[in-house]
Amino acid sequence: MGARLVSLVLLLAAWYVGSQVAGERLLPEPQAVAAAIVHEARSGALAFNLGATLARVAVAFAIAMALGSVIGLIMGRSRLADRLGDPWLIVLLNLPALVIIVLAYIWAGLTETAAIAAVALNKLPIATVTVREGARSLDRSLDDMAQVFRMGPWTRLRHVILPQLAPYLAAAARSGLSLVWKIVLIVELLGRPNGVGFEIGVAFQLFDVTRILAYALAFIAVMLAIETFLVQPLERHVARWRPKPA
Amino acid sequence: MLGELAFSLAGGAVAALVGPSGCGKTTLLRIIAGLDPDFDGSVALPAHGTLGMVFQEPRLLPWRTVEQNVRLAAPQASDASVDALFRTLGLAAHRDHYPGELSLGLARRVALARAFAVEPDLLLLDEPFVSLDAALAGRLRDELAELVSRRPVTTLLVTHDVDEAIGLADRLLLLSASPARVLAEVPVARPRAARSAEELAAVRAEVARRLKQANL
Repeated sequence: MGARLVSLVLLLAAWYVGSQVAGERLLPEPQAVAAAIVHEARSGALAFNLGATLARVAVAFAIAMALGSVIGLIMGRSRLADRLGDPWLIVLLNLPALVIIVLAYIWAGLTETAAIAAVALNKLPIATVTVREGARSLDRSLDDMAQVFRMGPWTRLRHVILPQLAPYLAAAARSGLSLVWKIVLIVELLGRPNGVGFEIGVAFQLFDVTRILAYALAFIAVMLAIETFLVQPLERHVARWRPKPA
Repeated sequence: MLGELAFSLAGGAVAALVGPSGCGKTTLLRIIAGLDPDFDGSVALPAHGTLGMVFQEPRLLPWRTVEQNVRLAAPQASDASVDALFRTLGLAAHRDHYPGELSLGLARRVALARAFAVEPDLLLLDEPFVSLDAALAGRLRDELAELVSRRPVTTLLVTHDVDEAIGLADRLLLLSASPARVLAEVPVARPRAARSAEELAAVRAEVARRLKQANL
């Protein structure tokens, strides 16, 4: 904890020194950015834009994780599905995020649906590949056990398969969350009238670095809170059966 | 792996398949349990066909507690019957433990409890006491014998250990090396509790004679 704090203070110090060297226009001082955050928060714009972005992150993340888990599980369990789906995955994995976003906007218009679909489609192949890896490493002997004892499909999924996939789902969720929010900002910059990405786009046109940093830092703080208060407790809960390291 | 092989089990009786390692005993059990659909032949299960099985390893779900492991396999088991099983097998204090916290002996007891909790029409035991020390294996064998005599269940025990088979079974089926076939049948006439040391020694001698005859 102490080392983390020292590291954070060093970062702030470097920022301050940098702002003195580069000048206020290129890199404003930390306290100026803090003041901008407070100002945006007072006007209500910060909460509104953070809310809009978070909602997009949540919906796109949920869609990508749900679809990716189902497809990954099927591909990991069935050789045929794996052969059929693999080329699609490779295409999607190598399609630049920007291409998917631009095409989605051209084909479906500058709509919320297009924005969320584009983000989800960017995240989908990575979630699928991660869960497929997990599905391939499922323990056959537990499958046999479940079959002998005639466990139903729901019991098998919930008590035999999902606990084995949990580490893979956690990895997919964690890498996915950071990827999704970055892509959401681009989607907002290119075709949405609100959200953190939109605000940063406006600030870019005005070369307003203070505002760019204010929104970026506020959003990082929110994602950090989600990681600390949502993702980590969830991981601890899922891993509660593991023998504690001595 | 398996040769021509045919046998039937009397309802409520315990039969033991005894054969050398690698003769296909486990494969045979997997076929009977319906886990290996790829074979020539037929398996006729008892009427309802509820199976209980103890694998060579405990095969518990590490992320579920002892009690959950049993109840997930046997959702219809009553509280009273689960309680009784846990008491007989000395698991009452471990209901809420995770399998990772148990010794191998305890984990095998949980696997036994799970197999009995489903009230099987056919109980399959695949070397259930392998890699336990002799004293512990003996104690578990006694507990298993008690469970079987309390509620008679048609049981097929697979083992390479003749003493284990004699201690539990009403009938021994001696298997040859791969491709396995039935070399001989040795009945153990007396009820388990009444068997004297001399009678067991006689059966053991009989088994040895049969195996020698078959050049094993």
